[in-house]
Amino acid sequence: MATVTFDHATRVYPGTERPAVDQLNLHVEDGEFLVLVGPSGCGKSTSLRMLAGLEDVNGGSILIGDRDVTDVQPKDRDIAMVFQNYALYPHMSVADNMGFALKIAGTPKAEIRQRVEEAAKILDLTEYLDRKPKALSGGQRQRVAMGRAIVRQPQVFLMDEPLSNLDAKLRVQTRTQIASLQRRLGVTTVYVTHDQTEALTMGDRIAVLKGGLLQQVGTPREMYDTPANVFVAGFIGSPAMNIATFKVDNGVAHVGAARVPLERSTVEQLTDADGGKITIGFRPEALDVVPEGTENAMPVAVNLVEELGSDAFVYGTLVGPAAEEAEVRSGAGDNQVIVRIDPRNVPMKGDTIHVTIKPGQSHLFSAATGNRLN
Amino acid sequence: MGSWPSHGSHGGHEPTHNVWSDVEQLQITSATPDSALLDLPWRTPLADWPADVLAALPRGISRHVVRFVRLGGRVLAIKEISEAVAFREYDLLRQLRKLEIPAVRPVGVVTGRRDDDGEPLEAALVTEHLAFSLPYRAVFSQALRPDTAARLIDALAVLLVRVHLVGFYWGDVSLSNTLFRRDAHQFAAYLVDAETGDLHRELSRGQREYDVDLARTNIIGELMDLAAGELLDEEVDELAIGDALVSRYAELWEALTGVESFGSDERWRVAARIDRLNDLGFDVGELSITTDIDGTTVRIQPQVVDAGHHSRRLFRLTGLDVQDNQARRLLNDLDSYVAATDRQEDDPQMVAHDWSQNVFQPTIRAVPRDLRRKLEPAQLFHEILDHRWFISEQAGRDIPMPEATVSYVEHVLRHRRDEKAILGLPPGEPDREGDVDIVDMDSGPDAAPEDDHFHLST
Repeated sequence: MATVTFDHATRVYPGTERPAVDQLNLHVEDGEFLVLVGPSGCGKSTSLRMLAGLEDVNGGSILIGDRDVTDVQPKDRDIAMVFQNYALYPHMSVADNMGFALKIAGTPKAEIRQRVEEAAKILDLTEYLDRKPKALSGGQRQRVAMGRAIVRQPQVFLMDEPLSNLDAKLRVQTRTQIASLQRRLGVTTVYVTHDQTEALTMGDRIAVLKGGLLQQVGTPREMYDTPANVFVAGFIGSPAMNIATFKVDNGVAHVGAARVPLERSTVEQLTDADGGKITIGFRPEALDVVPEGTENAMPVAVNLVEELGSDAFVYGTLVGPAAEEAEVRSGAGDNQVIVRIDPRNVPMKGDTIHVTIKPGQSHLFSAATGNRLN
Repeated sequence: MGSWPSHGSHGGHEPTHNVWSDVEQLQITSATPDSALLDLPWRTPLADWPADVLAALPRGISRHVVRFVRLGGRVLAIKEISEAVAFREYDLLRQLRKLEIPAVRPVGVVTGRRDDDGEPLEAALVTEHLAFSLPYRAVFSQALRPDTAARLIDALAVLLVRVHLVGFYWGDVSLSNTLFRRDAHQFAAYLVDAETGDLHRELSRGQREYDVDLARTNIIGELMDLAAGELLDEEVDELAIGDALVSRYAELWEALTGVESFGSDERWRVAARIDRLNDLGFDVGELSITTDIDGTTVRIQPQVVDAGHHSRRLFRLTGLDVQDNQARRLLNDLDSYVAATDRQEDDPQMVAHDWSQNVFQPTIRAVPRDLRRKLEPAQLFHEILDHRWFISEQAGRDIPMPEATVSYVEHVLRHRRDEKAILGLPPGEPDREGDVDIVDMDSGPDAAPEDDHFHLST
């Protein structure tokens, strides 16, 4: 077991100016499950490959435990890339499928059997050890693949979008399995995904990257409750947060009829660069549907209703005076607002509903920098 | 109506609604659309496709469902896989083709599949099966002589070096992800699966070493699997074969990219290096030459090397497009033709044209049509040359080509199996999972003339 440290780690691809990973500082605790997440091109996979030894590090260093591995070859780093290759061999028993890499490494037979049995116990595969993979279900085969990595007893597990080539059902199943297995094994794990739901449900902590820069690192709850900037606010959460630009006058942010009173300390943080504006984020669940004519209410024209049984969401457009100025955006696109509504009281497409932001549930950001205002 | 939700984008967002579920939306993305593709039973999960559309070919080990079908004279490989991964692999295979890496040809991606109840099915990647290719399970199984193993490992090492030279990190090098084709006395290896790969401007040493290490582990694992299924000769040493790949790769990489230093009075070594690379089948596109300040030491390092030296030369001369070792063999025969007809001074292209008209084409045409399709023409010609050498040696005189061809057809080719598409089973017969038919690579005349087809010509 070990910690993992990125210390100002930088990767610049030959022929490019901007680093793919720029001065990454990140410390992963012993036994922690850390998820690197972000849109494509954000540097998450490059960071993982730097840790794996697959990418050169052009600046800074990478440590596993106290050992500087910056210039150590991949196979000497004591790490395991899980799922890179999990084709199972049809003629070999499940036990041999799990232990063959140890056999290649010359590990004594008795020790191989012991390690395989230990892994099988954790993976719930004990009764299948002497069978052929043909007898296993899809999920069990996945677990044999995990067993291959476990028996090697590496210091760190690395997983790069391991679920991306599974079908939707197996993906959710395997997600849960990996997370619970990791907790039982207590092996430090760095996991890469583009899917924020995967990140939120699996990670002890999440690191969000964009354009090669670390945006924020924290627990799923911290990322959701106090996003450090507009990017993280829009990226974490599903459906995504609504984000709009409001004007600020006399300590009140307003756009059209909508008004959000601001704390004095918030107003004091605004600068000339903000130009008298503030960016406000409000999640779909932070909106109340209210009767027409209610004070501060924003009218939203309903474009689509998505019913999910326990929940329902309206995808709509802000209408009424000053709707244009609000520059609203959300995960649904520009000029779109997402509202969580009572699934037993659903409007029709083409209706207009009225919503207000629940007090204390707005996220405030500088209009100029996008950074969170406290 | 807003632009959301954008159904069918492969950005990873899973639509959670059923807005378009009632609309037929099967979509085939292909650079070379073939409407016959529409006739395949896309509404059925691949694993349940009826035997009458399937071509029974031995399959490698795969984590996905893979099936072969016959369509319009071609054999297609179909792999069920998630949409994003399918498009990614399709694009990668196309790029590898552009970079002239021997790889399977991508045909297209089929998306928007739904079964009869409207439930979505996985996307499918369609590639064209390589004619005359041999999967490793067919090649390695039974009667594997050490030199056959060595030639296969050589072929894979060459392929791995070639993909690394163009910046392709394979991520899952294995025998299952490779197909082999005869290439004169050697084999040529083709990349079949690019799912885990990535194209980079240049690979780091770490990426190359990881690929090679993974290749070693996978090869040993695959051979151990054959051994566990009693499909491998007991004499075969799995570890030694895996290690051989590592050392062959290292040797070849060093020969192609290594820096060489020598005194300035040894300039002939520049030409010698180029000759050596040509001999390995590579052309030197660019060579960096640097001298130290006082000019006593010269350092050279190839910057750009391209595989296919002989096949390019043959193509320029004759328009014949064949693999490199086959080309080398044909070029040798062309050279002897030039000498025999005393035309060293003539325009090489003119002589090559005559050789093709008077020697190559008549030889191939002399093989009965129904037997001709068993092997590629260049491989046929190569084997006939070998056979002629052998029977000439026996007879103690030079056997002319027409006579040698007749003898080859009667004593060798007639007894060979059809390699255009190695059939595991007759069409229609149910497929047995994990079972493969065995092709005995060593009984054919691909072996050197000095050994084992004596029994075939008696």
